[in-house]
Amino acid sequence: MTRLQLTPDGRLHHLLTLEGLPESLLMHIFQLADSFLEVSARSVKKVPLLRGKSVFNLFFENSTRTRTTFEIAAARLSADVINLNIATSSTAKGESLLDTIDNICAMMADMLVIRHASSGAPVRIAQHLAERGLNHVHVLNAGDGRHAHPTQGLLDMYTIRHYKRDFSQLAVAVVGDVLHSRVARSEIAALTALGVPDIRVAGPKTLLPQGLDALGVTVTCDLNEALDGVDVVMMLRLQNERMHGSFISTTAEYHECWGLTPERLKRAKPDAIVMHPGPMNRGVEIASSVADGPQSVILPQVTFGIAVRMAVFTLLAGIGQGERS
Amino acid sequence: MRRQIIHRARLVDPLSGKTTTGSLVIADGRIVQIVEAPLDAPLPANLAGLAGETVVDAGGKVLAPALIDTYARLTGPIFEQQARLEAELRGATAGGIAHLVVAPDTDPPLDEAGLVEMLLERARRAQLAQLWPLGALTVGLKGVQLAEMARLAAAGCFAFAQGDKAVRDSLALFRAMQYAASFDFPVWFTAADPDLTLPGGAHDGVIAARLGLPPIPVAAETVAVSRLIELAREAGVRLHLVHLSSRRSVELVRRAKAEGVLITASVSVLHLTMTDRDIGEFDANTHLLPPLRSSEDREALAAAVADGTIDLITSNHTTVGSDAKALPFSESAPGAAGLVTLLPLALRWGEAQGLTLAQTLAPLTSRPAQLLGRSDLGCLSVGATADLILFDPDQPWVLDETTLVGPGRNTPWWGATLTGRVVQTWRNGEVVYRDSAIKT
Repeated sequence: MTRLQLTPDGRLHHLLTLEGLPESLLMHIFQLADSFLEVSARSVKKVPLLRGKSVFNLFFENSTRTRTTFEIAAARLSADVINLNIATSSTAKGESLLDTIDNICAMMADMLVIRHASSGAPVRIAQHLAERGLNHVHVLNAGDGRHAHPTQGLLDMYTIRHYKRDFSQLAVAVVGDVLHSRVARSEIAALTALGVPDIRVAGPKTLLPQGLDALGVTVTCDLNEALDGVDVVMMLRLQNERMHGSFISTTAEYHECWGLTPERLKRAKPDAIVMHPGPMNRGVEIASSVADGPQSVILPQVTFGIAVRMAVFTLLAGIGQGERS
Repeated sequence: MRRQIIHRARLVDPLSGKTTTGSLVIADGRIVQIVEAPLDAPLPANLAGLAGETVVDAGGKVLAPALIDTYARLTGPIFEQQARLEAELRGATAGGIAHLVVAPDTDPPLDEAGLVEMLLERARRAQLAQLWPLGALTVGLKGVQLAEMARLAAAGCFAFAQGDKAVRDSLALFRAMQYAASFDFPVWFTAADPDLTLPGGAHDGVIAARLGLPPIPVAAETVAVSRLIELAREAGVRLHLVHLSSRRSVELVRRAKAEGVLITASVSVLHLTMTDRDIGEFDANTHLLPPLRSSEDREALAAAVADGTIDLITSNHTTVGSDAKALPFSESAPGAAGLVTLLPLALRWGEAQGLTLAQTLAPLTSRPAQLLGRSDLGCLSVGATADLILFDPDQPWVLDETTLVGPGRNTPWWGATLTGRVVQTWRNGEVVYRDSAIKT
């Protein structure tokens, strides 16, 4: 994907996945996000960096929370934001994915924020734009199937950086439904790129894909083992549709075996932080007392998410790229 | 008797394994004479063309039996549009294929004698490659009601199959095998457990894990292979397994053969030359059934064809329209076009295995001829049917708009440089393809 999302001189053209992005680029995004965090704290939360640019939110899969954060990020940069809820519009009338994209581009879009239920859909769209020579349109993957959710991965890393500063000494546990999780894939890619030496993944075998260990992580079914002495615990959401059928027995048993409880959390370092991409299933993957406890950074994650998305928007628009050292 | 004389050819006979040089004479649709001579020798006087006879100077290129592709799907409106069928058949002859086994999952499926007769009649009219239809084992390939196998056989079906539709009910499958065995009809099956074969999936390995594609474990194949072998053994039916994809399946077939089970197997040439790594950036043209697997699997398959555990190599050709491929990987229709790439990719496999040309061509010529019960095909000997190809095994060429013959653009080899190109194809002594770009 590197050829597709980076220009030959290493600038960000699309953001499709965190795989293959150099550490220096990730660090640059974090530095930009630092400056936007300050904007969000002002009473007038707006800068004119993207004035006149059209950002289209194309959500082929329903999402309120993620779409809203992208919308806020674009609005704070003074972009024009157009929301299309495609799940209930053109594709329902039989229009193909690439026809929809062609139409949006004919409306002079500058950026497409895409959420799709199929892995690789934004990649296919970026390939299509290249085939059409539409090189001024940028794709921002807002989550595709099980493949990637790069801005979530970035905001998670930004959160870790905020609390832990140095990635090179960390032990991080990623817990839960990795099989169906685009968030987990982006987190693993980013943690690896940032040089985190000890990445552990835990969950029942039904929710861990084969070949995970080849991604440079330690895989275990034992949550205790995964939590021992870690600095960061990243919980994953157990989606409702996985709660029935043959992935797990019951949510109660899941909570007992892989839910993060205060007792379990004691195995981690005393200053370990607890993260969750939301929305949470309290009492399933995470106990309320942990979610609301002193080690939880789940709400700061949301705040940081807006600053990180502002940083990605400005980079894609070609602003702030020159400041890289 | 109008003769065609092909001289200065490298004569490769996969049946005997022999390669010589010299001339070959065709008359009345048969090979009537083979004269061995050095490539630089002049045309023997007794072969000098009479008036009206054709003399082809092969210029040292390879003359071999035409290919027998033992599994291709004919998609699209082949019953409605003669042109569509002919386009596919033209692709076949351009790939050096004179005989094409057709899967029963056409639209509608080949479950009625009338449909089979119509398909064969239309193919005859085209005068290109010969079709070998696999009849549907069950009505509508639904896996419930047995199809009229005797009538389908009378209409031209030589074996029975389910396409990619598994029979879930083991009793129905067992009885279908017993019924076929009553007539000594072989049964041909692709092996994929329908529950384990997640739609839109990829091999359960690091690539599927990285890209977030639904994982299809090797067990999806081995569970089905084991079930088919055990049922076929008890039913006493001749079993042909189509398109193995894994090392474990090779082991199962090897053991069954050693135990005397009446079993043969094939592999698609894509699985001999590609792995799941070739999915790259979600290339929908690598979305195949069975899925491309690991390099360890590919190596085991490649060695198994060389040692004869796997009998045949197929194209697994499936034309998919660009709309059905212009989708994210998992939503795209599976299948790759493969008629024109069959020979160059098989040559690539043979070279990697260190095989002679004759050995390389055997799984595409003499071995399938044996399976089809036609000793006059797949060999280069006097009296054999003059189904031949002339090709240059060393010529590089690029598969693109200018070189494609047939409708199938949906190949992972699009734009790639291939080595080995068919110059001319004969069936029953008639030229059914001639490369317009090359003078012969």
